Amino acid sequence: MRFFARRAAFYLFTAWAAITINFFLPRMMKGDPVSAYLLKNQGRISPDAIASLKTLFGVDDGRSLFQQYIDYWGLLFKGDLGRSFSKGLAPVTEVISSALPWTVGLVGIATIISFFIGTLVGTIIGWRRGSKADIIVPISTFFSTVPYFWLGLIAIAFFSSKLGWFPASHAYGKGISPEFTWEFISQVIHHGALPALTIIISSLGGWILGMRNMMMTVLDEDYITVAQAKGLHPKKVMLNYASRNAVLPQLSSFALSLGFIVGGTLVMELVFSYPGVGKLLLDATNAKDYPLMQGVFLIITLTVLVANILADVAYAVLDPRTRQMES
Amino acid sequence: MATALMDSSPNEVSAATKSGSKIAGAFAMFRNAKSITGLCILGFFVIVAALGDVIAPFGPLDKDYNALKQAPSAAHWLGTTHMGEDVLSQLIYGTRGVLIVGALSGVIATVTAIIIGVTAGYITGWKSESLSALTNVFLVLPGLPLIIIVTSQQENPSLLLVSSVLALTGWAWGARVLRAQTMSLRNRDFVQAARANGEPLHRIITVEMLPNLTAIIASSFVGTVNAAVLSLTTLAFIGVIPITNLNWGTILFWAQQNGAFPDFWWWYIPAGLCIALLGMALSLINFGIDEYVNPRLRSAGERARALRKKGLDANSSVTVVRTQIPDDTPAPSTTSDTSPAD
Repeated sequence: MRFFARRAAFYLFTAWAAITINFFLPRMMKGDPVSAYLLKNQGRISPDAIASLKTLFGVDDGRSLFQQYIDYWGLLFKGDLGRSFSKGLAPVTEVISSALPWTVGLVGIATIISFFIGTLVGTIIGWRRGSKADIIVPISTFFSTVPYFWLGLIAIAFFSSKLGWFPASHAYGKGISPEFTWEFISQVIHHGALPALTIIISSLGGWILGMRNMMMTVLDEDYITVAQAKGLHPKKVMLNYASRNAVLPQLSSFALSLGFIVGGTLVMELVFSYPGVGKLLLDATNAKDYPLMQGVFLIITLTVLVANILADVAYAVLDPRTRQMES
Repeated sequence: MATALMDSSPNEVSAATKSGSKIAGAFAMFRNAKSITGLCILGFFVIVAALGDVIAPFGPLDKDYNALKQAPSAAHWLGTTHMGEDVLSQLIYGTRGVLIVGALSGVIATVTAIIIGVTAGYITGWKSESLSALTNVFLVLPGLPLIIIVTSQQENPSLLLVSSVLALTGWAWGARVLRAQTMSLRNRDFVQAARANGEPLHRIITVEMLPNLTAIIASSFVGTVNAAVLSLTTLAFIGVIPITNLNWGTILFWAQQNGAFPDFWWWYIPAGLCIALLGMALSLINFGIDEYVNPRLRSAGERARALRKKGLDANSSVTVVRTQIPDDTPAPSTTSDTSPAD
């Protein structure tokens, strides 16, 4: 149980750090665009919204920094992240919550598929060490050094403009409304296939390489020799003995690089005009919509934290040592 | 490059310093085909960046209104943009921006990683744990959104600011690996002996420990540069970095803004390939360092190939291997060369 207590403490600390960074970032901003905006739009914004924007962005109204920090936490617990300047002063939480499912669906599913395929391929390449299969490593590394967005643009140019196999943008076709019908779901899959494929191809290399290297290290261990000496079936040695142990570092590196991966995939949404939080963040950046930017950053960070917790649960399931009392 | 750093097993880098000169030992990690190939490609880009003014046939922003969106020709090897600018010249000048920011943020991040990682590995107790927690926080925080927000809040972010922010989000991997390695070094005999001799802390760290960490430091530097180059070009592509800082991402930004996709391939294919080629070079250098740090990665493939030549399968069970093994090669020899320092 100590494992879980430690992890819980770590996640609470990280969440606190992210929220505090989010509190201080706008206060280090040059100039004061928010109060300029408030001044320009006097009378259009409700006094409540003005008060919360002032707290979020540190507009000087005589409160001490500490008092602002306390008020800021109060706003967060009420779920108030201010009003979006570029979306007709809609509450930031509403704007984000309509975009978040798309990102979680696309990036989440694509990342998990990529992790599974990459780990499996890495297992096989590591097992057949020194064979011709090694050629996969440099090829997949090439695709992982290509920027996501460029690969996305090439994919659009080739698969949708030239061949017309997939639509180039948006999450579903025009003239169809989000509802739980087969037509809508097939549209979503058709529109999501190309961005998902691009994410999978460009993130696969890291998982293949990591798993292959771990397999090579694990295959030299004595328990592998013992398993083979017992005359176990090679497939059983590969999966239950080698791969089972090699996947643990792979999983913790998965958890830790989630932040990096998610950052890269956000730009994909811009390329594919996918209505997720990544496109929201970049639109907000271009429109200088500071409340929306801060809100999106906070939500992305918290989502990555939740994904980390899930990866930890998977780790605990795979590694019995974490469930022991004395670990 | 995150996963490439994961598997560095705690092998000492003492063999190189024992034999031969110290300088040769410091470069031993680069003495393999993969690293040398990577270094050659990197060297090519460095030369292009340094001699940009001499090599480039045109200025990066020279406009030729008689040749708009031209396909590659003898005059313009990689064609022209919508304003008649030479794409090849833009690529050559862009190399400089990419390499300067990459190297700068690599240096800042690596120094931070050394300071925090080695300290966290050397000290013990709650201080070490809290430094480790700090490192993990920076690992978990999504870097790119943070960079976008910080740079977009500045009117005209300088190269130094951009590099610093890239470094801020990139130092944590190196620090994590360095902490693990330092922790394993801390209890080795030679460090214990130095401590018993009463050597001051800074001497133990700089003279006893750092030489054993050079490979990991080099690998984390290369990894950070790689990540910084990717982030920089991404930032330039989405238009957060001012266009006055010409780099490969800026070319893609203009190509995307002016409808180069999909017809004007010469405008957007070369820039992306350059990013990939540079990334590939840096990855190759790191593969070489990885194999140097973790000899199992290098020898495993060679041993399996050697076995296969004798008609054996490395993965079949031992009983089968024994019946077929020739008399002149005793079975244990297959594992004797694995890890001299374990």
